[in-house]
Amino acid sequence: MKPKIAFFDFTSCEGCQLTVVDSLQTNVGLLDMVEIVQFREAMTEKGTDYQIAFVEGSCTRESDEDRLRAIREQADVVVALGACAHLGGINAIRNIYSIDEVRDEVYGDKGEWYETYQPRPIDAVIAVDAVIPGCPIDRDEFIAVVTQVLQGREPRIPDHPVCIECKLNETVCMYLRGEICLGPISRAGCGAICPKYGFGCVGCRGMISNPNLESMEEVLEQYGRTLEEARAKMSMFLTYQTLEEGES
Amino acid sequence: MTTNVKVDVHHLTRVEGHGNIVVNVVDGSLEQCELQIVETPRFFEAMVKDRPYHETSHITSRICGICAGGHATTSLRATENALGIEPTEQTVLLRKLNFFGEILDSHVLHVYMLVAPDYLGLGSVIPLASTNPEVVLRALRMKKLAGDVCEAICGRHTHPIGMTVGGFTHFPQRADLEALREQLIASRPDLEATVELYSTLSLPAFERETEYIALRKPDEYAFIDGMIASTDGGEWPLSAYQSVTNEYNVPHSSAKHTKNQRDSYMVGAQARFNVNYDLLHPKAKEAAEALNLRPKITNPYANAAAQVVEIVHSIEEAIVLTEELLERGVQWEEPVKPTRLTGEGVGACEVPRGILFHHYVYEEGFAVKANCVIPTGQNLANIEADMRELVPTILHEGEDAVTLKLEMLVRAYDPCISCSTHLLDVEFVE
Repeated sequence: MKPKIAFFDFTSCEGCQLTVVDSLQTNVGLLDMVEIVQFREAMTEKGTDYQIAFVEGSCTRESDEDRLRAIREQADVVVALGACAHLGGINAIRNIYSIDEVRDEVYGDKGEWYETYQPRPIDAVIAVDAVIPGCPIDRDEFIAVVTQVLQGREPRIPDHPVCIECKLNETVCMYLRGEICLGPISRAGCGAICPKYGFGCVGCRGMISNPNLESMEEVLEQYGRTLEEARAKMSMFLTYQTLEEGES
Repeated sequence: MTTNVKVDVHHLTRVEGHGNIVVNVVDGSLEQCELQIVETPRFFEAMVKDRPYHETSHITSRICGICAGGHATTSLRATENALGIEPTEQTVLLRKLNFFGEILDSHVLHVYMLVAPDYLGLGSVIPLASTNPEVVLRALRMKKLAGDVCEAICGRHTHPIGMTVGGFTHFPQRADLEALREQLIASRPDLEATVELYSTLSLPAFERETEYIALRKPDEYAFIDGMIASTDGGEWPLSAYQSVTNEYNVPHSSAKHTKNQRDSYMVGAQARFNVNYDLLHPKAKEAAEALNLRPKITNPYANAAAQVVEIVHSIEEAIVLTEELLERGVQWEEPVKPTRLTGEGVGACEVPRGILFHHYVYEEGFAVKANCVIPTGQNLANIEADMRELVPTILHEGEDAVTLKLEMLVRAYDPCISCSTHLLDVEFVE
């Protein structure tokens, strides 16, 4: 019997699910390997019997927690799909303000109509078995992780910094172009696509497990940049992590 | 005759984001008829607060994975207008080419994967992969072409990298453009097959004339910049967008509704077709002829067919544009610098689902105020007006048929719900 898989979306742009659809352009055979029982963005059917669950988006309200726990209870394997689910990502930018502050400012006196709380990654609520990082995910990495999960192996994602991929691409260092870049401490696997197209790494795949922070500081100093500038760059995708660190 | 009908579609499928359709007919009279928007609020306007101007487009592109390039381009135009930046001719051409990739990507997704299954009696495009593999492979091929256009210009479709305030940080090589031109030309048989497929589908019979609003330029079918134009007459500059959208709150939706000269108006491919038909590429006009479409189209189910016409237009214009870029050559250019760091500006684009506005205020280079008005929000009142007129005429068909026709109606508008839930103005309290 083919393994049954399901896709779920929480607070996100749904761009990672779109990337899943795009990954079929070169891997249409994947549809023969699995049975997709739920994928709201692309199909009407809503099957509740599945073994592998892909979750896109951040948890941003209490009712999301119940939905996440139900998914965890049903699925043998839960995979966080993309930066919103993996890190909280862009949704967590607003966590530097209190929830009342944000809600009052955006919705005014209608603030109480809307259920919301501080956005968080899904592993703040349920256990996660695997992560496909990135904003958006890399389509080849999606295929690779799915293949490994189907083979019953623990998916392996790179744990070396983006700088290595930049060197392989022969991309001119962003610091030499006058830009701040988080490449020295951020997880590779994206093909260093942002520096390749002229934008310094913002760490959307999270930091590597053992980042060399001293070396990062040296790089900043060497190019006359400040820690504050690097922190500002980190706030785009890593605000949730930075705030957690501050609290512990 | 059925006198009690209850439709309750919780989390409508094959649309972007979360919406419910609720209709309640008691003793033959329509008690409730709503498209409820239940997406979580996302607070994008709050996310750009206090952030530097060059980050705004990268953050707002994350409003939507499907129209990421549209949000990024609109954001850049708003920032450029705020900070007194005039992009170069080359920048304008490259952005236009990238935008055709965006329109193509989104329209192919919608006409093949989201809408077509309804007409073929299927729940999704997946069963088609075994019954009609050539249709699915064609759709994937056309989507790949769209992605390749965006990749050549700015790195990827979702989310664009190489576009920045004042220009680009990456430029396509001659070989990239030559390869694109070949691919675009080679896709013409796929275009013909797409037009043929849609010419065989029979749309539900339903006509309801409304006000159609789109950007208009004197010399081209507008996608980036222009004047706001209406089929009811009237043209407005972008800076007057709030006098066109007139947003108001309704209790059942976390997205605001809009109205201009009537109780509602429509934006999107059908509105653009109705406003700018004269400026379509001749081959797109031929496709419209084959699909039996003439302005003004008043059946909202025909929006997907109008998207097919725009698919043809986008590919044909992209071929012309690629040839122009090859002829003039693409040079490395530094992005144009801001002439001021404090200012206010509005940007507008015709993204796949209709007219999109971004509006920013910057102080010393940092955002202090932001507002986005999204196409889906502008269509919500019009969708409900369609529902109210349609439901009484199809009640006798029974609950299942009413449900399906309402789902198809909402899908025809190609709603992008996660976009529409944060189109609320923010006045940041300092």
